[in-house]
Amino acid sequence: MGETIKARLLDARELERALRRMAQEIIEPVREPEALALIGLQRRGVFLARRLADWIAKDEGLAIPVGALDATLYRDDLRLRPSSPIRPTELPFSVEGRSVVLVDDVLYTGRTARAAMDALLDYGRPAQIRLAVLIDRGGRELPICPDYVGRQVPTTARERVRVALQEIDAEDAVYLLEIAT
Amino acid sequence: MPTQRTVLTHLHHRHLLGLEEYSAAEIELILDTARHFRQVLERPVKKVPALRDRTIVNLFFEPSTRTRISFELAERRLSADVVSFQAAGSSLSKGETLRDTARNLEAMKIDMVVIRHSASGAPHQLARWTAAQIINAGDGAHEHPTQALLDMYTLRERFGRIQGLRVAIVGDIAHSRVARSNIHGLRKLGASVIVCGPATLLPAGIETLGVEVTTRLEEALEGAQAVIALRLQLERQQAGLLPSLREYHFTYGIRPEHLERYPDLVILHPGPINRGVELADEVADSPQSVILDQVTNGVAVRMAVLYLLAGMPRPEGETGPAQ
Repeated sequence: MGETIKARLLDARELERALRRMAQEIIEPVREPEALALIGLQRRGVFLARRLADWIAKDEGLAIPVGALDATLYRDDLRLRPSSPIRPTELPFSVEGRSVVLVDDVLYTGRTARAAMDALLDYGRPAQIRLAVLIDRGGRELPICPDYVGRQVPTTARERVRVALQEIDAEDAVYLLEIAT
Repeated sequence: MPTQRTVLTHLHHRHLLGLEEYSAAEIELILDTARHFRQVLERPVKKVPALRDRTIVNLFFEPSTRTRISFELAERRLSADVVSFQAAGSSLSKGETLRDTARNLEAMKIDMVVIRHSASGAPHQLARWTAAQIINAGDGAHEHPTQALLDMYTLRERFGRIQGLRVAIVGDIAHSRVARSNIHGLRKLGASVIVCGPATLLPAGIETLGVEVTTRLEEALEGAQAVIALRLQLERQQAGLLPSLREYHFTYGIRPEHLERYPDLVILHPGPINRGVELADEVADSPQSVILDQVTNGVAVRMAVLYLLAGMPRPEGETGPAQ
């Protein structure tokens, strides 16, 4: 199944700008920044969470802890496709009573976000969970709504959004792909 | 022996019947996945919902406590529905029993079966007769793959690698499915293996599996980083294969003097231990022994096996339990 690039949704500068704005939106209304934590979803969400924390540190001088969460074991599609590789969950803080922002690259059906919330709740009872995504591509199958969005892009089921990040993909960019059938 | 390593994201088998047919990459995938389950077992909530839509039957035709409990715990930690059935050796013809069992499993829409049987090949038969996925928990003197996987996990945890290790397996090699599975697995991952035991308990032709063979314990331990001491089935002595248990202990038992001579030697045992036979008390309880780590790791390794197998699609055209 081939994929062709249809459009570049964000270039490196636009991606950074979107993250910086999201970082401001996340931190601005917060009264107790010491209760805040950013938790990235494996795999690209983890790098995005770190970058959001870097912007908050740079712009506000606040050190917000960052964690990584893998929700593979909480997915509901094990019957539909082979098990995906499990990646580490690293939460170097207690989530109990925390105000947690889950960070992911792309929000689509909402099933990953659902799995992530279930996974997180097995580590404790956060005071609040919010959701930050770089790209919201629509197409929700569950009643899940993001709190912070980098860019909203309406897509069809035959399209795919690919987020490339310097940390693992050697460039910063977001592409809209067309799946060839 | 092992050449280029490929990293897999899923297995190439629907069943786990033995390590003989598994590739090095598949074994590595199981061990890597087990590391994450080990982490899950350290959490306050030690359970994940991954297998909540699966029903697993544990079918133990041979008595077993620890393997059965370890599997049950692994299954429950993955949120599967679990039924366990333990039958002592039945007087019925084994083939008939197994065929009927298979029919019943089919009718009950079971997803996975963990089976222990005194007959080598029983899990393979069951795999042919039912659409359920089969996991071999020990069949005759053939294989006990999850035991070898947890041994390898424990070795890797201790040494950071399997490649290049030298592992001695000591005891009743001829009747040991643990030895056979470990030989296959360790060789595939690049360890060298030396097997050791009294000549009456060394099977002819074992060296064709790529292992060295000796009847002298010192030769086996010299240069080895780890030793797997096998449980001696006490009926072997009654069968005339051993003069006495005491003599066995002083010829093939791991004793305090060995700990002194080889202070870095790591001791493994599949349990339950015959203290004073294959292991002296001081050896079983020494800091060089990783026997209790093996037990903890066993649950994580079995979770990894169940999880990875559960993600394997059904072969084309086969029907089975509804989604």
